[in-house]
Amino acid sequence: MLSERKNFFKIDWILVLVYFFLICFGLANIISSSISGENISLLDFNTLYGKQFVFILISFAIIIISLTIEVKFYERFSSVFYLVCILFVLGLFLFGNRINGALSWYSFSGITLQPSEFMKVGVALAVAKYISDFQTNLKKSQDQIKIFLIIFLPILLIVLQNDTGTSIVFLSLFFVLYREGISQIYLFIAFVILTVSILTIKTSISSVLFLSIILLILNYFYQTRKSRSLIKSALILIFSLSISIITNYTYNNILKTHQKNYISVWLNLEKDPIKIKQMKRTILYNLNESEKAISSGGLSGKGYMEGTRTIGNFVPEQHSDYIFSSVGEEWGFLGSSFTIILYIILIIRIISLSEMQKNHFSRIYGYSVASIIFMHFMINIGMVLGVTPTIGIPLPFLSYGGSSLLAFTLLLFIFIRLDANRINEW
Amino acid sequence: MRKSLFPIIVFVVGVIFITRLFYLQIYSTENYDIYEDNAIRKVFTYPKRGYIYDRNKVLLVSNQPSYDVMIIPREVQELDTIEFCSLLKISKDYLITKYKKTSKYSTRIPSVFLAHLSKEDYGYLSEKIRKYKGFYIQKRNLREYNTTIGANVLGYVAEVNRKNILNDDYYLKGDIIGKQGVEMSYEKYLRGVKGIEFIQKDRFNRDIGKYKNGSLDIPSIPGKDLTITIDSKLQEYGELLMKNKRGAIVALEPKSGEILALVSSPSYNPNLLVGRERSKNYVELYKDSIYKPLIDKGLLSMFPPGSPFKILAGLTALQEKSITDKSTIYCKGYYIYGKEKRRMNCHCGGGYRNIYNAISLSCNSYFADIYRKTIDSDNNTKKSFNQWSNHIKSFGLGNYLNNDLPVGKKGVIPDSEYYDRWYPDFKWGATTTLSNAIGQGEILTTPIQLANMTAAVANKGYYLTSHIIKNIDGDSIDIRFRTPIKTTIDSMHFETMDKALFKVYKSGTGKLLQIPGIEVSGKSGTAENFVKINKVKTQLSDHSIFVAYAPRENPKIAISVLVENAGYGSVWAGRIASLMIEKYLKKEISLKKIEKLVINKNLKTEYLKPYLGKPFKINE
Repeated sequence: MLSERKNFFKIDWILVLVYFFLICFGLANIISSSISGENISLLDFNTLYGKQFVFILISFAIIIISLTIEVKFYERFSSVFYLVCILFVLGLFLFGNRINGALSWYSFSGITLQPSEFMKVGVALAVAKYISDFQTNLKKSQDQIKIFLIIFLPILLIVLQNDTGTSIVFLSLFFVLYREGISQIYLFIAFVILTVSILTIKTSISSVLFLSIILLILNYFYQTRKSRSLIKSALILIFSLSISIITNYTYNNILKTHQKNYISVWLNLEKDPIKIKQMKRTILYNLNESEKAISSGGLSGKGYMEGTRTIGNFVPEQHSDYIFSSVGEEWGFLGSSFTIILYIILIIRIISLSEMQKNHFSRIYGYSVASIIFMHFMINIGMVLGVTPTIGIPLPFLSYGGSSLLAFTLLLFIFIRLDANRINEW
Repeated sequence: MRKSLFPIIVFVVGVIFITRLFYLQIYSTENYDIYEDNAIRKVFTYPKRGYIYDRNKVLLVSNQPSYDVMIIPREVQELDTIEFCSLLKISKDYLITKYKKTSKYSTRIPSVFLAHLSKEDYGYLSEKIRKYKGFYIQKRNLREYNTTIGANVLGYVAEVNRKNILNDDYYLKGDIIGKQGVEMSYEKYLRGVKGIEFIQKDRFNRDIGKYKNGSLDIPSIPGKDLTITIDSKLQEYGELLMKNKRGAIVALEPKSGEILALVSSPSYNPNLLVGRERSKNYVELYKDSIYKPLIDKGLLSMFPPGSPFKILAGLTALQEKSITDKSTIYCKGYYIYGKEKRRMNCHCGGGYRNIYNAISLSCNSYFADIYRKTIDSDNNTKKSFNQWSNHIKSFGLGNYLNNDLPVGKKGVIPDSEYYDRWYPDFKWGATTTLSNAIGQGEILTTPIQLANMTAAVANKGYYLTSHIIKNIDGDSIDIRFRTPIKTTIDSMHFETMDKALFKVYKSGTGKLLQIPGIEVSGKSGTAENFVKINKVKTQLSDHSIFVAYAPRENPKIAISVLVENAGYGSVWAGRIASLMIEKYLKKEISLKKIEKLVINKNLKTEYLKPYLGKPFKINE
């Protein structure tokens, strides 16, 4: 009993402080970007910030609960939690509500819930559980397939529900697998896929073919006579060629026009200024307005609640996915880079704490938490800054959204709970 | 490697993001400029336009609120069209077409649905309009004329045109600018300075409130009130006298150059160019090609001055010592001149003529003779003609008067170059240009130039640039209106001329125009004039012209009157001049009979003659 209470105070206060700072800062920016009248009433549930405030209060309950629950509970019930999440995601096909084209919401009496957000917690727990099992060996392909199943099952379901953005986040768990000893070849394959796809879209299949042949020839002569293998080279060539063809086909025939446009803008493919101008008014409207808002912030910003573009609602969805543009406009370069540094501190802190865990489960879980938060951070801010393609996912802790806030709180505080128990495991 | 890959990637991404932020927020942006921010609507606030008072502080022009019904098509909801239409006094068609038209422009930005409600309608509507979503009433300022006279003097205001905007970047589309008259020449004072309000927009371009609670707003500066030199009573009387006649009256105060009255006839009621009927009325006024009410005839009508010009011809001859006040010639009732023995008729009745009775009886022969003496005095025709020309020009003729009225005409006073161009291979001389002697020929003047000339004669040798401004909110007026301009004639000759001009009233052409108790000096004129009808030069009835100043000893008014095609100068123009002088000096009229005659005179048939396409007689 005594040790339990002690543990409670051994939680990592840095993470907690960063967390509190981010959600408060998020709420402040949500107020600024969604306010319509003069009076701010946090308890007005008709407003977005009022709702967010309620979700923050609920988060506190989640924090208390997740910190009081016994550590063993998480380890033991992680598979159950995973399965429950899968069931909820599956249930969407029957009872789900379609919002903005994605079938990812349950809604009852005005409250909407997005199970895919909680799925991240489920997957993180399941991955930690499975890999930390002493029977599991990631070098074995059998186990590799199993772990891939754990990760790709939710991805498949969520893609089928037309929520590609959320599904991409799960790919971040590759960092975990890599950390836990999965073969280097996957890293290599991932790298090849990414380069080949970009090269294909940017140039053409033939250039990919040409380039890979040159690389392979160079490689052939570079290697020792013994390790030279024509078959291996041929396989690599076939592999990259098929990737190239698949990419080409997907880009031209499967992707929808808006998705294609996002990519073509990201890769600077569109050169026609008239078409670019027209795109800025249509599909690029959000990105364009968000960049303008951020640019107009300057060094120190226009000041809180003074952002003209924020107040004018120039950036649609600013309270949710584009919240960072409000930060950029009102808090300027200083405020927004401070925010980025906070995220980096948060993620690095989680990683380093994970590395200190004696318990494998805790370490892998922590690593998963860091990967998921990082993926969100990278895709979201990258999108708002126009560095990565437009993929609509929230910025953890800052963006408006109940499910997202609750899920990330749960995700983080389970780790904080696990970490607090580190000393007990001596 | 396995442990450090992820932290390295996290770190690199952080650096990339901060670099990108640096690029967006610091490197690529210039300083934030509120005028460049398209999220802020810059709304101009328009100051009160300055009022216009007459010389006796009678308010002539002020402002009135006007109310427009505005529409935001998007917000319009189902409504009872019959009730709504009867409320606004519009037809259902108007409602539908206007709704479509405004929606086409923008469904979110307010447009004018119905302009210029009357005050009564506004009072009634302001309570009911709330019921109709998407409609509201907007106030704007219009000019209000507290008078029906002086339209040509006051001018009017209208929306700026493209040229105005190009010439002066103060103006934006939809702004109001003074056109014509005082509204135009004193636009800069009257308009004040626009203020700016910064309004926060949302992305649909809707206003959502003041930016920073209006702390950055720039307040407008109200326009200055003007006092003009016009005596509105005299102006009104002049317009009354000129009813149904085409022409102009210009009355000046000789000592100051102030314009007491500037009547252009026919004029129009300035209220016609305000409010809902404005454009319709404007087109009607604009289209009236016979009377041209929008043209200020006092400033723009050029015509041969006729006999009043003899004043200058006489003064010039006296100055050049071609004659003295004792020189005499004998008039046979006509004057024969040149190798072809051309003949100039004279209506003075014949007899011995000196400067006094030549002026008072307007003897053509006398002035033809002294003109020849002046021009042909030595053998250098060009030199003496230029001298003559310069004397005339020193009275402000043949050039712009540099006054503060927005329009004007130079008129024509020829010099030797002028005739060299006309007669390149011909030795021209006094006889070639003899019509100039009696104010015909090539000489053209405007009514205000004649008035100005009369003022110079009244002042015995100088005039002040005529002007309409008396003061601007207490500021003193431009120095050019306070600096006397000397004529080239010595003042002693004016004494002679004054005697002659007084004789006009005493016993000459103006003897029927005498005003009890006031000594008037004046000169009548009957000017031949021609127009082209179907490319044929056709003579019309003579213009009736009269110039005068009074009282003789200390002139307080100098006046020129032009009544187009009215015939003999001392009849109509002379009567009007006398009535105006009496009105101004005595404030009441004793010449009741004359007054009645003048007011009832209608020259419509005369003006229609050239347009009927039938042969007509003149000077009937």
